[in-house]
Amino acid sequence: MQEVTVGIAGAAGDGLDKSGDTLARSCGRLGLHVYAYNCYQSIIRGGHIWLKVRIGEEKVLNHGDKLDVLVALNQDSIERHAGEVNEGGVVIFNSDRIKCMPDQVKKGVTILGLPMKKVCEEVVAEHGPLQPIMQNTVAMGAVAYLANIGLEQPSSVLTDTFAHKGQKVIDLNVSLLKAGFEFAKANCKPVTKEWTFTKKRRPFMTGNEAIAMGAYAAGCKFYSAYPMTPASTILHWMASNAHRTGICVKQCEDEISVINMAIGAGIAGARSMCATAGGGFALMTEAVGMAGIMEVPVVCVEVQRGGPSTGLPTKTEQADLFQVYGASQGEFPRIIVAPKDIADAYQTTVDVFNFADKYQLPVLLMSDLLLSEHPETVDVEVLKHDPEINRGEMVTEWNPEEQGKFKRFKLTESGISPRTIPGTPNTNYVSATDEHDEESILVSDMFTTQAVRRKMMEKRQRKMDNLLKELPAPKLEGPADADLTLVCWGSTWGVATEAAAKLTAQGTKTNVLCIKWILPFHAKEVGEILAKCKKKISVEVNFTSQMARYIKSETGVSMDGHINKYDGEPLEPQMVIDHVNRILKGGELSLDVSEEEARDFAYHYLRTHNGEKMRPTQVAQEAANGHGEPVWNVQLSDRATGEKAGQMKVGVKTGATYSFEKV
Amino acid sequence: MATVIELPVETYKGPVEPDWCPGCGDFGVLKGIQTAAAKLGIPTHNLLVVSGIGCSSNLPGFINAYGIHSLHGRAVPVATGAHLANTDLKTIITGGDGDGYGIGVGHLIHAMRRNLDVTYIVMDNQIYGLTTGQTSPTTTVGHKTKSTPMGNVENPLNPLALAITAGATFVARAFSGEQKHLADTIAAAIEHKGFSLVDVHSPCVTYNKINTYPFFKERVYKLEDENWDPSDFNSSLNKAWEWGDRIPLGVVYKTDKPTYEDSEIAFKKGALVKQDLRADKKVWQECIDEMI
Repeated sequence: MQEVTVGIAGAAGDGLDKSGDTLARSCGRLGLHVYAYNCYQSIIRGGHIWLKVRIGEEKVLNHGDKLDVLVALNQDSIERHAGEVNEGGVVIFNSDRIKCMPDQVKKGVTILGLPMKKVCEEVVAEHGPLQPIMQNTVAMGAVAYLANIGLEQPSSVLTDTFAHKGQKVIDLNVSLLKAGFEFAKANCKPVTKEWTFTKKRRPFMTGNEAIAMGAYAAGCKFYSAYPMTPASTILHWMASNAHRTGICVKQCEDEISVINMAIGAGIAGARSMCATAGGGFALMTEAVGMAGIMEVPVVCVEVQRGGPSTGLPTKTEQADLFQVYGASQGEFPRIIVAPKDIADAYQTTVDVFNFADKYQLPVLLMSDLLLSEHPETVDVEVLKHDPEINRGEMVTEWNPEEQGKFKRFKLTESGISPRTIPGTPNTNYVSATDEHDEESILVSDMFTTQAVRRKMMEKRQRKMDNLLKELPAPKLEGPADADLTLVCWGSTWGVATEAAAKLTAQGTKTNVLCIKWILPFHAKEVGEILAKCKKKISVEVNFTSQMARYIKSETGVSMDGHINKYDGEPLEPQMVIDHVNRILKGGELSLDVSEEEARDFAYHYLRTHNGEKMRPTQVAQEAANGHGEPVWNVQLSDRATGEKAGQMKVGVKTGATYSFEKV
Repeated sequence: MATVIELPVETYKGPVEPDWCPGCGDFGVLKGIQTAAAKLGIPTHNLLVVSGIGCSSNLPGFINAYGIHSLHGRAVPVATGAHLANTDLKTIITGGDGDGYGIGVGHLIHAMRRNLDVTYIVMDNQIYGLTTGQTSPTTTVGHKTKSTPMGNVENPLNPLALAITAGATFVARAFSGEQKHLADTIAAAIEHKGFSLVDVHSPCVTYNKINTYPFFKERVYKLEDENWDPSDFNSSLNKAWEWGDRIPLGVVYKTDKPTYEDSEIAFKKGALVKQDLRADKKVWQECIDEMI
């Protein structure tokens, strides 16, 4: 498959997300597939932002591990990423401000400095002086040429983007785009062959947008939230579209209020949803059990980020499984589900609103930063605007003379007690957090009635048995006779699937088992599938292989190996392949600081203690010299002059910074 | 305005007899709410009573209405969600001082500043009763309780002053020992458009031996007997601090301001629960098109 990956790097506030958006949407209009990932920090201005846009003729499942074109918006970005560009690739930057030396790139990489002042001469003559951020548009013009997507679609995207600012601004941006395009054309060749453009237009959307739109399609009428990355963009979508969707959107004082409001709305009969990250969910846990015992339909989205505590606020992780599983005291029915990609996030959201209503329980929809915040192109026909809405057993009229007293928590065979909503005549009841009988009278205060408690508990739990029958059991994806099975969940599916295909092509027949419905769990089916698998390796973005542990607890099946990543960044296919090959060969996992990581330690130290004056150059391993472990000796040079400026020593085993010396 | 058809008070008699201690002030509050609802002719199915946890929070089980007996301190957000989902219901929040002014005070402040059109009746007994007598946010200084055996050293919170400054638009005090006045005050609170707080001194006969019926009987007086004008913010705030030999009962502060509901565009098509669930195809398509 033909594909190209463009990386854009700079500081927060450089506007590179807009540039990436222009590129991705242009491709989305041409019929190409796009997957983008933005690596950013919890900072509004400054820091380092790294946006990767992977474009393919066929569906791309992750941001990949290649880099064909780098757009560096500052010097730091050259140092960090120029070396990652593959042979045949191009590095683009404003050569009026930024330098890129031949020794900073691999062999066969073209260094394409854009002399911005000169390139923009004609545009400035016509439109006047430019704002610095506009150099991004020139760079995008060059990218459009290098990625071989032409000028027409990028121009039309810019026309739409700046429509509200008037024709003059549109003309200015389009001419900047053209200037960059022409400069690249005169100095370079495209990094890809001609594409086959199907011209099938696909929306470029994030997981959070998919969840929000899925909720809208499912009839969500009430949405509450407290801002928290990486769940906030659901709130933003809900709030900015409320005037046309009619959804009541409430920003609350804290997450406790958020979920309690959503549950209140659920009791009153509105389809309601709330969302948060792991920290916010920690505050919500008591109320999850309330929805369980009161049998209230409510959808709660938990978007995982790097923990524990504040952890890595803008980074991805899959380490909240046990928090979500263990949320709230006692035992009660609930759904825990983790969609695997954006289209799945949309459909899952739609589905769980129906399950929540039908089974009258809370749904905990687990996402992660990667799934929630990364955008990709989605086939619009898989997103339905008018899905089936099933509100379950709702009673709208009740005649007590004929039907007797309405019993909100009637003990039924299915476990589902038909419900009415407040406002319905003749069915008054109390939704209580205390254990209660069929008529919602408490059994906990005056006399605890064991028999009532037992049957009420069993009634509620029966819902889980029936629900499980309705949910599709997981299936192996890939060759049935595989030698190896990668076991994953959530957004890791994309990387695992690509890694499996590549491993198969390389001679190790590999398939994938992705767990989506976590509770209720298909223990029997998963146990049977895994019993037949030859070798099983779990792939998770966490330290303790939570899904593997959960599977073991439910099925008794252990994995043969675990692949874990917990540095904040998502997995990439080659990382999975490398670990698989190591595990298959029986190799030990080395947790030593790599040469590249030693450089990263140096960058971190310099940035926090020395401003931007130095940069790491040569890295060499040395003997312990009294440090109790081998050390990386990282040479530092002056950024401006290139002269040796100092050195620092980083422990190979521990990563401890032992010394920093200036020359 | 539609004609109000009063209903018999017995209409609101709940399925269960209250399990409060004999003589508990909460009996009076229950009766007060029932009397007020009857006077206003609220059909029982349109009345939603939401509570947290505590002795007084058991009240929804003792009244014929829809009820939510939620979590400790969470009555306000649960009631807010239910109310926003169905603004056609009359939503009354009930609970104690620990529930509302202790664990739940964060929610209370925000509900008041939103000026939600709900009524909050706090059965304030200045003690934690259900947990057998510990200090509460309104326990007075020096009061010996199970958790403050040497006497409470913390200043009590002033609910009325808090409500006035936080943005409640109807702030009143009542007393369980003044049944008619209590019922009238609750009725006025329910009728008020905006957030109404009624702090009711509802003595705990088991665990609070200081703030008893006689304690209040000797001190309370009615603001309306003194022609009190509750419309001025500053003088109302001053009045809220009156405590000691004379304790005012009645509406301390009342003003008319736009409610949260007035500005919520989602309600333009009526109560949320009565709206069509289907997404508007045109809007949905616009949202998709904007991502291409």
